[in-house]
Amino acid sequence: MNAEQPVVPRIWVFVEQQERQVHPVSWELLGAAKRLSADLPGSVVEAVLPGHQIADLAPQAFHYGASRVYVIDSPVLEIYRNLPYAVAVSQLVMQYRPEIFLIGATTLGRDLAGSIATRVGTGLTADCTELAIDPAQHILAATRPTFGGNLMATILCRRHRPQMATVRPRVLPMPDPMPDATGEVINVPFDMREEDVPVKRLRLIRAEEQPNIEYADVLVAGGRGVGGPEGFALLEELANALGGMVAASRPVVDAGWMDASRQVGQTGKTVRPKLYIAAGISGAVQHRVGMSGADVILAINTDPNAPIFQIATLGIVGDLYDVIPALIRQVKGQAQDGHAHL
Amino acid sequence: MHAVVAIKQVPDTSNVRIDPETGTLIREGVPAIVNPYDLHAVEAAVQLKERVGGGQVTVITMGPPKAAEALIECIEQGADRAILISDRKFGGADTLATSYVLARAIETINAELPVDIILFGKQAIDGDTAQVGPGVATRLNIPLITYAIAIEEFDLEARTAIVHRRVEQGIEVLQTSLPVLLTVEKEIAPVRHAPLPRLIAAARYQPEVWSATAPVVFDPQQIGLKGSPTVVGKAFTPEQRSGGEVISVADLGLNAVVARALAVIEQAHVRNLQPETGVVS
Repeated sequence: MNAEQPVVPRIWVFVEQQERQVHPVSWELLGAAKRLSADLPGSVVEAVLPGHQIADLAPQAFHYGASRVYVIDSPVLEIYRNLPYAVAVSQLVMQYRPEIFLIGATTLGRDLAGSIATRVGTGLTADCTELAIDPAQHILAATRPTFGGNLMATILCRRHRPQMATVRPRVLPMPDPMPDATGEVINVPFDMREEDVPVKRLRLIRAEEQPNIEYADVLVAGGRGVGGPEGFALLEELANALGGMVAASRPVVDAGWMDASRQVGQTGKTVRPKLYIAAGISGAVQHRVGMSGADVILAINTDPNAPIFQIATLGIVGDLYDVIPALIRQVKGQAQDGHAHL
Repeated sequence: MHAVVAIKQVPDTSNVRIDPETGTLIREGVPAIVNPYDLHAVEAAVQLKERVGGGQVTVITMGPPKAAEALIECIEQGADRAILISDRKFGGADTLATSYVLARAIETINAELPVDIILFGKQAIDGDTAQVGPGVATRLNIPLITYAIAIEEFDLEARTAIVHRRVEQGIEVLQTSLPVLLTVEKEIAPVRHAPLPRLIAAARYQPEVWSATAPVVFDPQQIGLKGSPTVVGKAFTPEQRSGGEVISVADLGLNAVVARALAVIEQAHVRNLQPETGVVS
C-alpha cells in the first residue's frame, strides 16, 4: 500500500514456463508492455522468470523486449504450485515495487495472480482485452469484458501498486523477436524448503491430445446446429483439408459432444485464427468475444437471423450438411490442382 | 467434517446497467440465479459429507438481502446452515475487499466449528475473475487448489486429501494437507434434484444475516468501495466488428455459394490451399 512513486516506473511481465516451455502469452504481454512503456515516461520493461534450472530461457525474454530478467531459481519451483510461486513472486514485488505487473490469464496465471495481488494488497483486473496508459493520470487503463461480454469496463487502480492485470492468450498480437537484443539478469535468491510446501504433485495424467486451438491458423467450429457428436467428423474433414483444427461452442461442450479444451468463448478460449468457419453456431455474445479477433469469419447457419451473421465476413444461410461437403470437395480439388501444376 | 461453501448470486448476464455515479453495477430488476459453478461446489460438499458419514455443510454469501434466495436454494441442495453477509457498507467491493470479508467470516465460522474444506465455484459468470477463491486461501494461509474436478481421497484422521485438477497438459493429481480451499469445475459433482423433504425444510429455512458490525466487526477500511483498490473508470457496450454480406443457398444455389465461400477462404491466405508448393526437401 505504498503511495509514493518509485524512481523508475517498472513494467513487469510474468514469464510462464512449464517443463522449460515458455507459454507464448508471456511474449504477447512483453509486446504490450513495450507499447505501454512508450506512453509512460522513463519506464522500463522487465520480466520475472521463476522455475528450476531455467536461467537459459532469459535471453528469449530479451528478444521480446525485456531489458532485465529476474530469475528465481529453486527446486521448490520445479513444477508450478501456488504457494512457493506466490511467495517468491510477491517477495520480489515488495522489493522492487513495480508500477505495472502483467500475467497471462492461463490456468497457471489465474491461479497465481489473485494470490499475489492479495499478498501484496493491490488491485487486479482479470482477462483484459485492451491495455493503455491513461494520458491524464499516467496510470494503467485496463479494459475487460464483463457480464458475459455484454459490457466492457475500463478498470483503474489509482493508489495501489503494482497495477496488476491478466490477459488471455491470443488477445494481444505476438511481437516480432529481436534476436540481437540483450539485457541484464538478476538472480533472485529464494530459500523456501520442500517441507514448507503443503501441496505435493503425486502425478500428472497427460491428456492424450492437447488441441491448442488458441494458436491454430484455421478453425472449423461447430455449434448446436451440428446436431450431434457424429457431425463433427465432417468438420474434422474440412479442418484437415484446410490444415486447421476443430473447435466448438459452449452448448456442444456442455452436451459432451466435444472436449472442453476445444471450447471458444467467454468460458472457453480466445482465438484469433486467419480463418474461422462457424458451422451451426448462432453466435451469442459469449461466443463472439472469444473469436471476433479472427481475420476472416465464414458463418453457415440455417437461421437467417443468427447473430453470427452480424460479424461474419461472409454469411451463408443454408444447411451445413449441404455446404460443408461441397466445400470439402472444392478445397480438396484445389489442392489436387495445386499439385498438378507443380 | 465441516465444509464451507462460498457462493454468489449472479444476475442473468443480459440486460445489465452501470450506476453512472459510482461506476458500480446495478443489480435491481435483473433476474438472479445461483452462480452455476457454485451449485456444483455445494453438491461436492454434500457428497463429501455423505462419504465420510456425516458432518456439516455451511454456505455463505456476501450480497444484497435478495441473495437469501440463493442460500435457500443451497439448503434445498443439502446444505445445513446458511449465512448471508449483507450490509450497504459492503457495496462496491472488488475482489480484494470481497476476499477480506469472506476470509474473516470463515475465520469466525472456524472458531465455532473447525473447517476441513472450503469450496468455491471456479469463477462467477458475471465478473468471470476467478480471483476471490485464491484471495481467500491466501488470506487464510491454507493450500489452494483451483479447477478441481475430483476429490479422490479425503482423510480426516491423517488430515490430508488427494485432489484432481484440470490443467493445460492434462490432469494433475495433488496431495494436500487439510484444511484446503478448492475452486471447482462442474465435473466435481453433478447437481442432483433435491428430494421433497429437503424442499419442505428449505422453504421454512431462514438464513442468518451478518452485518458489517455484528457478529463480526469487519475493518471499515477493508470493505466496500473503500477497501477496493480498483474502480470502474468507464463502462460501455462493446464495439462490434462489422459483418459482410449474407447470402443464401436457397437464392443462389449451392455451387455459387460454395464458390463465394472459397473466395473468402483464399482471402484469409490459408497456406494449405496451395499445398507444399514452397517446400523443398
